[in-house]
Amino acid sequence: MTHEIYIYIAVMSIVTLMIRILPLTLIRHEIKNRHLRSFLYYVPYVTLAVMTFPAILNSTQSQISGGLALIAGILAAWFGASLFQVSSLCCIIVFITELFML
Amino acid sequence: MTKSDEKLITNKQALSEGLRDGIPIGLGYFVVAFTLGIAAKNAGLTPFQGFLTSFLNNASAGEYAAFTVIAADASYLEMVLITLVANARYMLMSTVLSQKFSRETPFYHRILVGFDVTDEIFGITVSRNGFLNPFYNYGAMLVALPGWSIGTALGIMAGNILPTSAVSALSVALYGMFLAVIIPPAKSDRTIALTVAVSFILSFIASYMFDNISAGTRTIILTILIAGLASIVCPVHDKK
Repeated sequence: MTHEIYIYIAVMSIVTLMIRILPLTLIRHEIKNRHLRSFLYYVPYVTLAVMTFPAILNSTQSQISGGLALIAGILAAWFGASLFQVSSLCCIIVFITELFML
Repeated sequence: MTKSDEKLITNKQALSEGLRDGIPIGLGYFVVAFTLGIAAKNAGLTPFQGFLTSFLNNASAGEYAAFTVIAADASYLEMVLITLVANARYMLMSTVLSQKFSRETPFYHRILVGFDVTDEIFGITVSRNGFLNPFYNYGAMLVALPGWSIGTALGIMAGNILPTSAVSALSVALYGMFLAVIIPPAKSDRTIALTVAVSFILSFIASYMFDNISAGTRTIILTILIAGLASIVCPVHDKK
């Protein structure tokens, strides 16, 4: 190791904190532009969707268990399950599927 | 009842609502952070270093990417770039939240709320009506921060004792949380449903066509592309 881990941690933390805090503190007025407002409205859904699929398929030991967890998670969330319920259901589905498959 | 009393009570309520909504997030974080700790251990971090990293960063993909930089003993500049790319979405989320603050909310609340803008806390914050009450975020942070940072430290200490099947099952916890944030609004708003569907499809295609680009960079490019397109095709009418 030629690099110090604490410097790595300091570097990444400063970058992360600036990313989070600067927009909140610098943008203090209402954004009036309709397209920009719409863009910001859609951002969270797109980001989370993109991060979920297809990554969920490759996070598990088998793509099938990941795929089943995805379907189960979508259905559970659609029918009103809470954040914790959806999340646990996905884990349980993977565990059971892999128990029988592998 | 004086005016300041009223405010105190609503802040208290907001704090307890934040705690309530933060508990599932904190538990989920704990589990995911535990698996993140395994990656941290492989990169050579001590439990305290893992705790510190997670307390200050609160970022799953960002930290994971950073641990690969540490493991590779890469340059500090590379650390800056990869953190920027992997966490750039928080810049967009923080911009969204800047629009939810009342002008009367003191400035320092913006810094403290900004400290913990995560996918999940952002998700529960944007879904609330009206101006943002920072105490709601503080409530959620009180459970989310320890869950994430202590989970990472414990993962470094004990991650290897978990069987592969358990790690595999736990690794989808994060995605389950993402689904719980995006699917309910998609049910009531068809534009969001369509946007989510398009995001899934394009993300799938991009993961094969551009597998030489990192997942974090793909996320940013696709977010700007798809959210930009959606804002042009279906601009949001102000409902309030």
